[in-house]
This record gives sequence, C-alpha cells and structure tokens, in this order.
Amino acid sequence: MISISGVTKRYGRTAVVDDVSLELGGSGITSLIGPNGAGKSTLLSMIARLLPMDEGTITVDGLDVVKTAGSQLATRLAVLRQDNHLAARLTVRELVAFGRYPHSKGRLTVLDREHIENALEFLDLGGLEGRYLDELSGGQRQRAFIAMVLAQDTKYVLLDEPLNNLDLRHAVEIMRLLRRVADEMDKRIVIVLHDINFASVYSDEIIAMQKGRVLAHGGIDDIMQNAVLANIYGMPIDVCEIAGQRIGYYYS
Amino acid sequence: MPTSPPLLQRGADAASPASSRAARARASLALVLGSPRVRVALLALAALASIALFLFVGITGSWDFAIPFRGRKVAAMVLVAVAIGVSTVLFQTITANRILTPSIMGFDALYLLVQTTLMFVFGVSAFTSVDSRLVWLGEVALMVGFAGLLFRWLFVGAKRSIYLLVLVGIVFGVFFRSLASMMQRMLDPAAFAVLQDSFFATFNAVDPAQLWLSAIAVIAVCVVALRLLPVLDVLNLGEEQAIALGVNHRRTVTILLVLITILVAVSTSLVGPITFFGLIVANLAYLIVGSSRHALVLPATIFLGVICLVGGQFVLEQVFGLGTVLSVVIEFVGGILFIVLLLRKGIR
Repeated sequence: MISISGVTKRYGRTAVVDDVSLELGGSGITSLIGPNGAGKSTLLSMIARLLPMDEGTITVDGLDVVKTAGSQLATRLAVLRQDNHLAARLTVRELVAFGRYPHSKGRLTVLDREHIENALEFLDLGGLEGRYLDELSGGQRQRAFIAMVLAQDTKYVLLDEPLNNLDLRHAVEIMRLLRRVADEMDKRIVIVLHDINFASVYSDEIIAMQKGRVLAHGGIDDIMQNAVLANIYGMPIDVCEIAGQRIGYYYS
Repeated sequence: MPTSPPLLQRGADAASPASSRAARARASLALVLGSPRVRVALLALAALASIALFLFVGITGSWDFAIPFRGRKVAAMVLVAVAIGVSTVLFQTITANRILTPSIMGFDALYLLVQTTLMFVFGVSAFTSVDSRLVWLGEVALMVGFAGLLFRWLFVGAKRSIYLLVLVGIVFGVFFRSLASMMQRMLDPAAFAVLQDSFFATFNAVDPAQLWLSAIAVIAVCVVALRLLPVLDVLNLGEEQAIALGVNHRRTVTILLVLITILVAVSTSLVGPITFFGLIVANLAYLIVGSSRHALVLPATIFLGVICLVGGQFVLEQVFGLGTVLSVVIEFVGGILFIVLLLRKGIR
C-alpha cells in the first residue's frame, strides 16, 4: 500500500503539488493523467524519494519514504524516469543486472541471475542481451530499462511517461507488457500517461490531476466521461464506445 | 515468472546509422583486440614492458646505482599514473561528463598558490631548507581542507548540484591563479626562477620520503575505491536511477570527492600540475575498453597512465636524449584532445 497524505511541493510561492492524499494498493495499473504542469511527474518523484516534499508524508508498506533507508525502499519500490540518457556504455544484460543491486549489492547470486534471465525473457531481449544500449533503437532501449525495473522485483513500479518517443506499435507493445506484468506478477504499476486512450484501455484506475490537485480518482467508467475529461483538460472531449472500450475523441 | 510466446517482434527496428557506424568501428576493434578483459590484460602487459624497458635498457655505469635511481623514478611515475587516472575516472563518474577533470575544480591553481605564497612569505632559502615531508603534509592537508570546506559549504545548502560545484571550482581556480600570478609578479627574479622550475612536472627530482607517504595515501584510497566498485557502476546510471536503486547518493559522492581530493593532492605535490594527463588516459581507456564497468576502466586507465609516463619518459631519455620535459608533450597532446572532444560532443 502506498499512502500519500497531505503532500505539498512548492517552488517559490507556487504549489506544483497541492495537498494531495491518495491510497494505492493491491495489484493493477494506475494511470496518472492531466495537462502539462499538473504535477504528475513531481508527485511520482516524491513517492520515489527523488524529490523532497514540503508538507505531508508518503509511506510505502508503512515505511516513510523520507526516513527509511534508500536501500530498504529499493526492494519494494522501483522507478523509471522519463529521460534515460546514459553517459555510460553498457550492454543490455549489464543494465538489467543493475536491477538486482538492491538485493545483491553487486555480487550476483544464482537467484539474481534467475531474475535477470526471466526479465530478459519476459521483454523478449534474449537476442539483444549482449548488445550495447547505444546500438539499440528507442523502443528496444525502453524495453531494456523496463527489464531492469522488473528485475528489481518490487511490489510497486513507478513509470514516468514510458511511452515518450515511441511509435504506436512500440507503445502498444509496452502497455500490453505492463498489463501482463501487473496481472501475472501481482504488481501495482503507477504510470504517467499523456494519451487518455492508452489509460482507458490498459489501466484499472485513473487519477486525474490539474494544477497540483487530484481532480478525480476512479475506475475507467468514472473518469472516461465527457464532462470529467472536459473539466480536466479544459477542452471538449467526446467519449465513444469502440470495440468495447471507452475512447476519447479530442480532435475537434 | 511464467513464460509465454513473445509479444514483440525482434529486429524490425534498426538502430540509427550513426550509432551503427560507431558499432562497426567497435566491432573491428574487438576483432583485433579481443574482449574487454583481454584488452585490459594486453594493456597490463604493455605497462609492465615499459617499466622493464625503463629500468634495464641503456645502463652504462654501475647497476647498483642505476636500478634504485631508476626504480624511484618508476615508483613516482606509477603513483602519479594511479592517482591521476583513478581521480579522473571517479570525477567523471560523479559528474557524468567526460570532458571535466579534477583540475577544473581549481586544484592545480591552489597548488600554485600554496607554493607561491610559501616562496613569497619565506623566500628562496627557506623554501629549500624546510623538511620536505612537512611541506608535503601541509600541502595535502591544505588541499583536502579546501575541498572539505568547499563541499560542506555547498552540500549543507538547500540544493546540492554537481554543476554548481564545478562552476564554483572554475571560479576558485581563476581566483587562485590570479592571486598566485600577482604574487609571482612581485617576486625577485631568482625566487621566481626556482618557483617556476617546481611548476613543471618532472620525475627526476622526487624525494624518497615523500614517495613513501604518497604510496601509503594512494594505496589507502585505492582500497576504499575497490570496496566501492559496484556502487560506482550504479552511479553511472545517473543520480536519480542510483537513488532509485537504493544508493545513498549524497554520502557516496562526498566520500568520492574526498578520495579524489587526496589523489589529486598526491599527484600535484609529487610532480606538479599536469592538467590534461587525466583527460587523455581516461578517454583512451573508455575508448579501448568499450565498456563503462569500473572494474575494467579503472585498471585500464592506470595501465595507460603507466605506459604514457614510463614509456614516454623512456623514449624522451633514450631516444631524444632528454631534450624536453614529458609534461610539455603531454599538455600539448592533451590540449589538442580537449579541443577535439569539446568540438565533437559539446559539454556532455
């Protein structure tokens, strides 16, 4: 269970995250949506202790993210940020092995190797494991980073816009993979998305943020409503039923 | 984890042409030189060979005199190679930047300032008569203290940023250099000549007592660095990913900065400032090893440093008859490399 209570983050006098309280538990996919500057990434960074908060507390399975040792949190919570530029030159396998660092501190055991193999296989990176990251395409690199996060074997996985710079096919592949990860490995995945239709089709619940506040939090049917979406994005969005899914049409 | 049929098609998306060209170049390098481990082993052999050449070739007089005399020089050069190589790689790992070196933090400038001040205050005779070990310890303490003050001041603030740190380093460097050059202008010419002599790196006049102290310091730092090897690799992923993987980033970086300070202090006080040497060996090591794993890059950097210094000194002494000082050659080549790197990649 990730419990967020009364969390506020200010830059100067503007609150980018303003008194947010949320409970995220069980398994499944939670999508964080909202316009630019809504505070989605900031909230994600604070949950992942990458950014200090000004007010409020966040606990992961009862552990306060500010006070608990980073190494202990790293066995429960994994995070992948938007920008994955690396100064270092690593092979796919070396990168995925870093996911085991919280458990092994660099000395890989048999169990660690098993996790690495499984993550490579799950993301179908078997043929690429010896390749260097700078020799891969954007979609392959994103898969390698997700494999690292999976190898970390944590209950909670936070992903900040993992579909950035991916073409449609790769975006769909990543979302289908995450769906399987959530279902088969019993994880709670929290993911920042810009496309409401990806959120609608692949997630279990949606959190909509605007100007640092949580505007709506609920199931797909609750959020994918004309009035709710219009309120979030400040533009008319027409929700249609296509192939049994609620799809927003916003090109008017 | 259960297995199921692959969701993804492999190989449909190709890498960009530029990176595939680089990949081809690396592949041909790999054919010639084997795996990264083999390459590091070859470097080790070359380093040993250059040490052997330097020690044993061209001895005309008494071996009893020549071997210890040359041995001291080799020891100094190996220590400097380790100190500069390791400190540069650690610094570049912290800053995630392959163009910056510790000298940009203003260390060489502080060294100049310390020496100039000593000369200015005590004069030529005192400069040469005080116990060299005391002077050395004082210099190391001053430099570590400088770094400690600077870092505590920077880290206790609201936001710690490595770029701010580097900027402050540049400003301090300019400040120290200006201060030193002002004092040098006011020195009498004889004192200035002695001073200027000590600014150029030379391995011909190394004090044995200082050598022992330096060796102890370098070995101690290397033991700590060895224990930090896995953490160093994680730091390569960037600050946020390192924190996400459970590294105490702030503490680790502080420890590394202290290690770097000690190493830079050791090398500068042994042979004077060699600004671009670290840049050359570290970038050569990244290129030759091809991987960023510190367990490979750090030894490769050290071996390359030994090859450059010992091999270079051998060539200078035996081929060119000591016509020039090695550091002049190193700075010339390193300066060109610095400009090339800057033009090619920008400050990344």
